[in-house]
Amino acid sequence: MSTLNFADSVTTRLQLNGKSTSVDHEARVSLLDLLRERLQLTGTKKGCNEGACGACTVLVDGQRVNACMTLAASCDGRDVRTIEGLAGSDGVLHAVQQAFIDEDAFQCGYCTPGQIVSAVACVQEGHTRSAAEIAEWMSGNLCRCAAYPQIVAAVQQAAKRAKG
Amino acid sequence: MRNFAYARAANAEQAVAAAARGAAIIAGGTEFLNWMRLGIADADKVVDISGIDQLRDIALDANGIRIGALATLNQIGESEIVRTSAPVLAEACLKAASAQLRNRATIGGNILQKTRCPYFRAEAPGANAMPWPCNKRVAGSGCAAKDSRYPRLALFGWNDACVATQPSDPAVALAALDAMIEVVGPDGRRSISMTEFHLSQQDAAKAHPDRKDVAAIESRLRPSELIESFRVPVDAASRCSAYIKVRERESYEYAMVSAAGALELNGGRIRTVRMALGSVAQKPWRLTQAEAALRGQPFEASALDRALGAALSAARPLPGNEFKVQLARNAARQALLIAGGANG
Repeated sequence: MSTLNFADSVTTRLQLNGKSTSVDHEARVSLLDLLRERLQLTGTKKGCNEGACGACTVLVDGQRVNACMTLAASCDGRDVRTIEGLAGSDGVLHAVQQAFIDEDAFQCGYCTPGQIVSAVACVQEGHTRSAAEIAEWMSGNLCRCAAYPQIVAAVQQAAKRAKG
Repeated sequence: MRNFAYARAANAEQAVAAAARGAAIIAGGTEFLNWMRLGIADADKVVDISGIDQLRDIALDANGIRIGALATLNQIGESEIVRTSAPVLAEACLKAASAQLRNRATIGGNILQKTRCPYFRAEAPGANAMPWPCNKRVAGSGCAAKDSRYPRLALFGWNDACVATQPSDPAVALAALDAMIEVVGPDGRRSISMTEFHLSQQDAAKAHPDRKDVAAIESRLRPSELIESFRVPVDAASRCSAYIKVRERESYEYAMVSAAGALELNGGRIRTVRMALGSVAQKPWRLTQAEAALRGQPFEASALDRALGAALSAARPLPGNEFKVQLARNAARQALLIAGGANG
């Protein structure tokens, strides 16, 4: 059995919003700090930095996770999608983004990128069969402006459109 | 958080070898990163086990369900095998944390999470930085929680050194299911019963009479041991099981108390019953005395109340959490009524 090589600095390669990206960074860096501080993707927000608010929600291999609780090094070789990567290259908004506008599902907007990314996953997972189910599966995203009824309505609308 | 040296383990043996040389183990990271930020952990080497794919599977065989330590809480909660054979575990997993945390959080890491006592969770990097006494953080410094009237403290098993509770939801379900934990260490593999895995403060004091830092010891897992998998026996009671979580908001919140119940009925009478309470001790609290009293009894609320009332009379509430005694009794009754198919 070979002894592991421990290193203070690591190279993380990502498929980030459809583009291959490679960054050298300190081992301790979270996915959130990598996105915001090194890759200038500041749409993903830093709220609590302890997994309590959901403002930093991103998709890793299509699954929603808290970027603040994810070690960047552990994402090597994975597909990462952030709020910046949802709209089409032609500028057409993702159905969930449009639904948030249509339903007025935000006020100050700080939690909104996390809410939208989380909602994209919630719709894909199919946890949208009732308002109660949406509220339960969106509970990891806090909104201190309390736009919750409009957020649920936006997720319902997006789910309906996704079914076509 | 200070920087650390990082390596990825390709298998459990590599991880254990690294841990034996002082590396901390990270899987999902949802607990460990908070420990590092708060100063609860201060690792200079971290070994990442999240790429060990063979520790991720959930499978049913003749001995029951085998769940790899790296299975995530969402994976277990949405598993058809678990939902059918041990619904109490699926429910406990899905009532933990949030949808996005459950995609990272692993079952092995979940049962190793430390107490949510806010005195323990002070942000204090460095041994002398604690703003108040906590014997778990600084051995011998005292316990600021005991007289705080904070309600989420223990009813059972505590001592003057520490009154904290273990907050895991899945651990409560696994205890009621009589699950076994398979661990690997430098000396090989061994199994630990879920009901024996965590230590109450009194258990820890008994097991480690000479350790000054005994308040920090919360389980029988030895340093440099790694949890590989869980074995969940499947029987008629595991198939009729339920989890009740009582909390201050309906979702995304730790339990004030919780209860897991598994029940097999025979002609309106109780043939087998297993139950455990959560967030009332530093371990899932099995109610073995009440289980024995209920065997052969009619499946009725009055019989449940009698047995649970007797079991809860042994509780030692602290100032400020007396109400949890009744809450725990009601949660256990509700879990059994639902497990047995009554509406509660």
